[in-house]
Amino acid sequence: MTRTPVTGDVTESAGGRGAEARPAPVPAAAPARSDDVIRTRGLTKRFRGGQLAVDGLDLAVPRGSVFGFLGPNGSGKTTTIRMLMGLIVPTSGVATVLGEPMPQSVATVLPRVGALIEGPALYGFLSGRDNLARFDAADPTADPRTRARRVDEALERVGLTAAAGKKARAYSLGMKQRLGLASALLQPRELLVLDEPTNGLDPQGMREIRTLVREVAAEGTTVFLSSHLLDEIEQVCTHAAVMSRGRLVVQGTVAELAARAQGRLVVRTPDADRAAEVLAAHQVADVVRGEDRVDAELAAVDDSTLPKLCAALVEAGVRVHGFGLERGTLEDAFVALTGEGFDVAG
Amino acid sequence: MSRAEAVAVAPADGSRPAGRRPQTASGFLALFRNELHLTFRRMRTLVLLAILAALPILIGVVIKVNTDGPHGDGGGPSFIAQTTQNGMFLVFTALAVALPIFLPMTVGVVAGDSVAGEAATGTLRYLLVAPAGRTRLLAAKFTAGLAFCLAATAAVALSALATGAALFPLGKVTLLSGDTIGLGEALPRALLVAAVVALSLAGLVAIGLFVSTLTGSGIAAMAATVVLVITVQILDSFPQLDAIRPFLFTHYWLSFADLLRQPVYWDGVLKNLALQAGYVAVFGSAAWARFSSRDISA
Repeated sequence: MTRTPVTGDVTESAGGRGAEARPAPVPAAAPARSDDVIRTRGLTKRFRGGQLAVDGLDLAVPRGSVFGFLGPNGSGKTTTIRMLMGLIVPTSGVATVLGEPMPQSVATVLPRVGALIEGPALYGFLSGRDNLARFDAADPTADPRTRARRVDEALERVGLTAAAGKKARAYSLGMKQRLGLASALLQPRELLVLDEPTNGLDPQGMREIRTLVREVAAEGTTVFLSSHLLDEIEQVCTHAAVMSRGRLVVQGTVAELAARAQGRLVVRTPDADRAAEVLAAHQVADVVRGEDRVDAELAAVDDSTLPKLCAALVEAGVRVHGFGLERGTLEDAFVALTGEGFDVAG
Repeated sequence: MSRAEAVAVAPADGSRPAGRRPQTASGFLALFRNELHLTFRRMRTLVLLAILAALPILIGVVIKVNTDGPHGDGGGPSFIAQTTQNGMFLVFTALAVALPIFLPMTVGVVAGDSVAGEAATGTLRYLLVAPAGRTRLLAAKFTAGLAFCLAATAAVALSALATGAALFPLGKVTLLSGDTIGLGEALPRALLVAAVVALSLAGLVAIGLFVSTLTGSGIAAMAATVVLVITVQILDSFPQLDAIRPFLFTHYWLSFADLLRQPVYWDGVLKNLALQAGYVAVFGSAAWARFSSRDISA
């Protein structure tokens, strides 16, 4: 995975459009907008066993966003997606997708939505091409006369043309995942819902999926992407929401969320007192002195900031053992918000 | 991330526009066609049909080898004696042997697995978000189940006809009523018998479909359906249960023999078809009620 160094281009690019798109959506109660592709109000699902899987969810996914839906395994992400797709009925609350209530409007809404839910599911005894043809035939708005063309285009798009004639049971997990994506891309979609799309993929496969997500987003499709992998969200999403134990903890633009976990300048030195003075003298805020270490908040970083600071420290006789930025991540912000580790099953 | 920035500038850049598309009749029917395709492309279906086709060959060979003491056992109409005189009767013999056990077992496998199997593999959720529509999907499954009944019956009948023609003389057919009809008249009657046998299984298809909507395990649904067929036939053999026996879906199954009388004795056949229609209505509705309200969490 290619992690972008230092302050992170995600913050910048997402901030460019995200910041003005949704002014202050943290915490959850966002103002009503007609332009939201997905909206939920108090969406709740209690399973028959009494387990509360989703608890009073108020979600707003703006049109054109790449929306990251984050949470540890078992936090209610998939249950939410199943409710949005009309597969399960909410215990209470309302969900609208593309402006229409679900699950009542599945017939008019879902032809405009592509979905990958909890991994791919295929007919092992059918070829990849026949699998796609079947899912395409399931959509009553799909014209049978152009089916072969749609299937071929979708196969080509996910790079499976060469393996299209192979039985799906002979596919690797990555190929199955791609075929699942192909079925989500059989038609031009207004919304693409991807539940853990990179699960079980190798780094190369993950990169391909991310590229595909960006391409689809560039065509104007809103992408709703659930994941328990933070850097996945950081790399492709403009907006994000965090679930924990069935509740929505926070939602907003990735820029806003990442801003909660700013990168900090860290100087490792035995002369911590001296270093703190120097940093303070250079208008660096929030200087915190630890043992053999000083860290501080860096508001604006340009090419010359860091070299200047470093030179100043050395000039002041500080023995600099280490000097650099420790990047704040969404993970820092989210672990702080959810109060739990991210890979823990909830 | 330069691409993500491009989104803001050019939000609708697709080659084909995304948006509402009208539902068409051919699009609606495509799932039915595809369901048939799916059913008959499966190796399992082909194996079941092959087993059914092997059955008349086995019966024919046994009768040929053992012509001294042919007894019609299993409660079926006594066609076997006639088979040695006319190969045509192997069709009726084979159907009479296959109808109580072999045909319902294969139908139970196909109908029982229809929804539950898709739920187990997870393909059901993708069909539903396509969106196939729950009623439409159920109707397609039922149609494919009926088509399998026809194919299964045809497999038995055609194999029996070929075997009968190969092992025994063909010629004038003596009906159960003692009348004799020519081969040209007998063939349409065999066709009618096969059609009635196939339709006899319609109720079972509906039951299997209903059972299939109850569980997420294809094997469980198949087993439950087959066990039900056997149980019902056992119950049908108790004279003490006379009050309910006429309502058991297997009760009139062997009435197809009445089609081999001159004139045709329609009473049992019509009762059978009416009973099957009733089962289709009741269990079809139950399957629909269950499936259309069910949470698909597999």
